[in-house]
Amino acid sequence: MTVTPADENLIGDDADTAAPTTSRWRRNENLVLGLVSVIAFLIFWESSAAFGWANPLFTSSPSRIVAAGYEMFADGSIWPDLAVSAEEFVLGYGLAVIVGVPLGILMGWYSRLNAVLDPFVNALYATPRIALMPLIIIWFGIDLSAKIAIIFLSTVFPILVNTMTGVRTIERDFIKVARSFGASDGQLFLTVALPSSVPNLLTGLRLGLGHALIGIVVGEMYGASAGIGFMMQTAGATFQTDKVMVGIIIIAAVGMGLTHVLKMIERKYDVWRPDHHG
Amino acid sequence: MSHAPLKLEAAGVKLAFYNERMKRQLVVLGGIDLTVREGELVSIVGPSGCGKSTFLSAVDGLVKVNGGTIKVDGKTVSAPGPDRAMVFQQDSLFPWRTVLRNVMYGLELQKRLSKDEMRKRASDLVELVGLGGFAEHYPHELSGGMRQRVNIARALAPDPELLLLDEPFAALDAQTREFMQVELLKILARAKKTALFITHQIDEAIILSHRVAVFSARPARIKALIDIDLPAARTLEVKLSPRFRELQDHIWRLIQEESAPMAKVG
Repeated sequence: MTVTPADENLIGDDADTAAPTTSRWRRNENLVLGLVSVIAFLIFWESSAAFGWANPLFTSSPSRIVAAGYEMFADGSIWPDLAVSAEEFVLGYGLAVIVGVPLGILMGWYSRLNAVLDPFVNALYATPRIALMPLIIIWFGIDLSAKIAIIFLSTVFPILVNTMTGVRTIERDFIKVARSFGASDGQLFLTVALPSSVPNLLTGLRLGLGHALIGIVVGEMYGASAGIGFMMQTAGATFQTDKVMVGIIIIAAVGMGLTHVLKMIERKYDVWRPDHHG
Repeated sequence: MSHAPLKLEAAGVKLAFYNERMKRQLVVLGGIDLTVREGELVSIVGPSGCGKSTFLSAVDGLVKVNGGTIKVDGKTVSAPGPDRAMVFQQDSLFPWRTVLRNVMYGLELQKRLSKDEMRKRASDLVELVGLGGFAEHYPHELSGGMRQRVNIARALAPDPELLLLDEPFAALDAQTREFMQVELLKILARAKKTALFITHQIDEAIILSHRVAVFSARPARIKALIDIDLPAARTLEVKLSPRFRELQDHIWRLIQEESAPMAKVG
């Protein structure tokens, strides 16, 4: 009668941790190799500009990007763009969560509702949402509401579809247990369907995140008067490669940061995903 | 024991499904008569696929019967109720609930007790099944044997009159299973419960039970009801006694008789 160490459950997830004695070294080894390759790339990039192998007007260089970024933050010129993009993101992504999660749950739970809405969801999920941009401009113009619309449309489907899958793939055993304890339909929903779909829901939120960032950039490049995407667009049109690079780095950093946060939350729930059972 | 009041009365229980694949009616239970007295543990053994689990589900009220009656304390069973509780196999614990919250599940649905009373009762049961100190652990942090203790505690929480156990130790390794058999006897004695136990292991049925019911092949009937006349306070040593061997052999032969014709057909 011993406690199964929690680690044992992770072995199945990650083949790298199969041998506990070598895993720590191997993980460090990967980290060191990754770091070395990034540093080597940055040195090569900087040298290519410094020694005239490439024209920095096109390729920029790490030091130029840092300088441009410092200037944009120091003189405050970037803040309005950041604020506009952040507002679009919060409203678009928030709206997608508010609509996608409940609708996904309902579609997963009620097969009739699913039958009615499924063709639309499928068609829109398969369509690149960027293709809808001209329509969105016609309907919403180029102000904030158009950006919210494209971010919402980009984000809502991954969230909805994953939540729906979570609700639909509840283990039959859990339903049987709940019924055996006399659970009503409502109780079955609250005590089994909702909690068991949390891992899928989180996956949906993480996938939606990437789509939301695409939505911001595309929306602002199509037609806008402020925002990170707009800043990159105007900088690009005037050959300010350094500034374009700053924009790319900001977007990449935000994407990686938020994805990391959601991944950590996901990992917390991962151990009790049905397919991770021992 | 023979004067204790009847807890379960099943009379002429019939059950048939329409089988989509075979395109015909499949009679699973062909008239089961079985009574269980208060404080008794009765095991059901039989050839695989004979409908043991279906009968247990019918007693729990999860499956509706087509004929006959099932009464618990004189009341006819039509749906799951707080007077019965099922112990499922080990993977039926809710992985998102801690041990304590798993045990509280039935109580939460019933809403009879306050939050504090529920916690008190659940933690008492966690102690009773020998898992004090593991109340805040999640199922994935427990071994198979420990998970089954939680499963038993969860079933005991709403204080059922009749405990239904559906091959609860089938997924455990041989050593843990033997250990859990003895533990189950202790837990049931402490909790003073009546139990109906399904197993495919003859030795398990003998060591746990007052009586063993042998089901026939489908459509299932009771082929034999065997009194287990072994000492009441049982330990694993009882398996070494000649009487144990005799009973084991007898039951094995009964099941073989039922399995043979099926093997010819299949």
